[in-house]
Amino acid sequence: MHLTSAFQDKTLCAGLLARLTRALDSLHAAGGKQLRFMEVCGTHTMAIFQSGLRSLLPKGIAHLSGPGCPVCVTHDADIAAILHLAEKDSLIVATFGDMLRVPGPNGNNLKHAQAAGARVEIVYSPLDALTLAAKNPGDTVVFLGIGFEATAPAVAATLLCACQQQRKNFRVFSLHKRVPPVLRSLLNDADTDIDAFLLPGHVSTVLGLAPYAFLAEARVPGVVGGFEPADILLALCLITEQIRDGQPAVVNAYPRAVNDAGNPKARALLDQVFVPSDALWRGMGRIAQSGFAVRPDFAAWDAAATFDLRVAETPPPRGCRCGDVLKGRIAPPACPLFGKVCTPATPTGPCMVSTEGSCAACYNYSER
Amino acid sequence: MDTCILLDDGSGGRASQRLVERCFLRHFDNPLLRRLDDAALLEDIAPPLAMSTDSYTVTPLFFPGGSIGSLAVHGTVNDVAMMGARPRYLSCAFILEEGLPLADLERVARNMADAARAASVSIVTGDTKVVPRTACDKLFITTTGVGTVYANPTPSGHNARVGDAVLVSGSLGDHGLTVLRSRENLSFLSDMTSDSAPLNSMIEHIVTAAGCVHTLRDPTRGGLATTLNEIAQQSNVSIEIEETAIPVRESVKNACSFLGLDPLYLANEGKCVCVLPEDRAEKALMAMRASPYGRQAARIGTVIKDAEGRQGSVVLRTRIGGERILGMLEGAQLPRIC
Repeated sequence: MHLTSAFQDKTLCAGLLARLTRALDSLHAAGGKQLRFMEVCGTHTMAIFQSGLRSLLPKGIAHLSGPGCPVCVTHDADIAAILHLAEKDSLIVATFGDMLRVPGPNGNNLKHAQAAGARVEIVYSPLDALTLAAKNPGDTVVFLGIGFEATAPAVAATLLCACQQQRKNFRVFSLHKRVPPVLRSLLNDADTDIDAFLLPGHVSTVLGLAPYAFLAEARVPGVVGGFEPADILLALCLITEQIRDGQPAVVNAYPRAVNDAGNPKARALLDQVFVPSDALWRGMGRIAQSGFAVRPDFAAWDAAATFDLRVAETPPPRGCRCGDVLKGRIAPPACPLFGKVCTPATPTGPCMVSTEGSCAACYNYSER
Repeated sequence: MDTCILLDDGSGGRASQRLVERCFLRHFDNPLLRRLDDAALLEDIAPPLAMSTDSYTVTPLFFPGGSIGSLAVHGTVNDVAMMGARPRYLSCAFILEEGLPLADLERVARNMADAARAASVSIVTGDTKVVPRTACDKLFITTTGVGTVYANPTPSGHNARVGDAVLVSGSLGDHGLTVLRSRENLSFLSDMTSDSAPLNSMIEHIVTAAGCVHTLRDPTRGGLATTLNEIAQQSNVSIEIEETAIPVRESVKNACSFLGLDPLYLANEGKCVCVLPEDRAEKALMAMRASPYGRQAARIGTVIKDAEGRQGSVVLRTRIGGERILGMLEGAQLPRIC
């Protein structure tokens, strides 16, 4: 797999760091303040910490970790609904692993539900959940559809398979989220202070560049980046140079994986099965058209349509400033709960919950 | 604090550590137990003995490179060996689920016998219980091992000293990933084999060749990262390791990157971490590499005092020259979503 190791090369990275420093220096010489970029992808968050890149970034640039971990942004109210589902007899919850940790309104999560007797199965692909349904005809399998546009097409395809197979004991609880609406909401939020976006590599393989065009119109650079240190550094160089040259644009710095036009087949699947809907984001509240609901044609496979899942919106936990962390207003250690009440063992807010969350990554990988 | 036991409490990370401290250590407290090494050192017996016990549960019972039977021997043999002791005798206790095919039990017993012979230990006492269907998952084994201590000084997690070299006897993550692959039927991952092996003979060669070894640990559950954190905490030092020096197979690296796992937190069953004075490192490495279980042995780092208030922690110098804290495993490692 030289495709990845070549982009972890120390010399290559040192060259890109020098280029970034030069661009930042000329920006600074022209009177620019510290450049604040936000990534909105959990894998970027992890890559930046795990590679040690954060410890190498020049002072002139600051890293903000946005609402990019799909697990982290799952709202309390939705977790409550999931826990409610898990209590039902003859029901198996099938989920990607990291959802197990996410606490609901009373601090309980799927691990607690499991210990109390709920049937929770970790799957590695939505298709595994469909197989689980075939193997357990007497039970209903509910797959938790969590993730952005990169994950949702596989769930859409699975739902179509279930429909084809007439697998009546399979449901999807769609809590999927859409990246462009949340970017727009961050951009329009007067509280945020973001100079540029490092755009998500995986999501962009599906979306392509067009849905981000509004960034350039708002004169905010958006660069699609890959996940190895050199990929990220290249994206940061392009962002800084765009700002230095006064030419903000949306560009693709990850062409070995991302097609500028995205993946039309995957988008067609999304359109066929889902329809954009308002969604709740942990720490950020309701954002218009930022989720994917299952289309009424597939209601028989939609957990939201077949179970009574309405749960009241709950206020965020006291003192928790995850909303501000997700918006890039504060860094994790500035939250009064960080590292004290809120740790990876006892997470209060979404950002500490997933290993990809901003606070967990900061707690685990950086100097404390 | 949770009011009931969660799977995390058995993951070998911080959650397990808290359970041991808040429940078992509180009730059983004594100076021998308090050391929390891989085995207890019984110095009031002549010659001194090392004693260790471990329970084994694994799904599936059989996996490439081993089975619950070979693990139950290797794991306990290795824990005794990590005290600089020569494992001699094992006890074994079985909890069997009603309905377990006799052929499976036969196969496990045969694996245990083979493993015991290869490790030069005898299984000298045992017990069998059968529980109703679903009261246990097929078959659980507990083995206890005793051995005579030959190392002087005896290695301990408390003995790492500033300036010591940190060695590892081979590639990391193979066992954890192999079991995961077998359990979850992840056939898209390339073939891999557990590293399960008896390390007693290699350890004896290391101790003899080096003359003085401060710490020996086998990085089982929780992986290398958790083991190094335990050593750093127990010895009140910090440890700095080089990412590029840590042996990890390419196939393991790729599978981990795909699944969102970190090989440094995956279990190993045939590897040891060795901390010893810098000037003995080369001899120990040669002794490791002379063993079939230590061919890829490498020096991965150094014990340091406390970089910027980081006493008791582990610092990883990354591939690209950055650095980060290598924390302890919290609960079970969960695969990431995308």
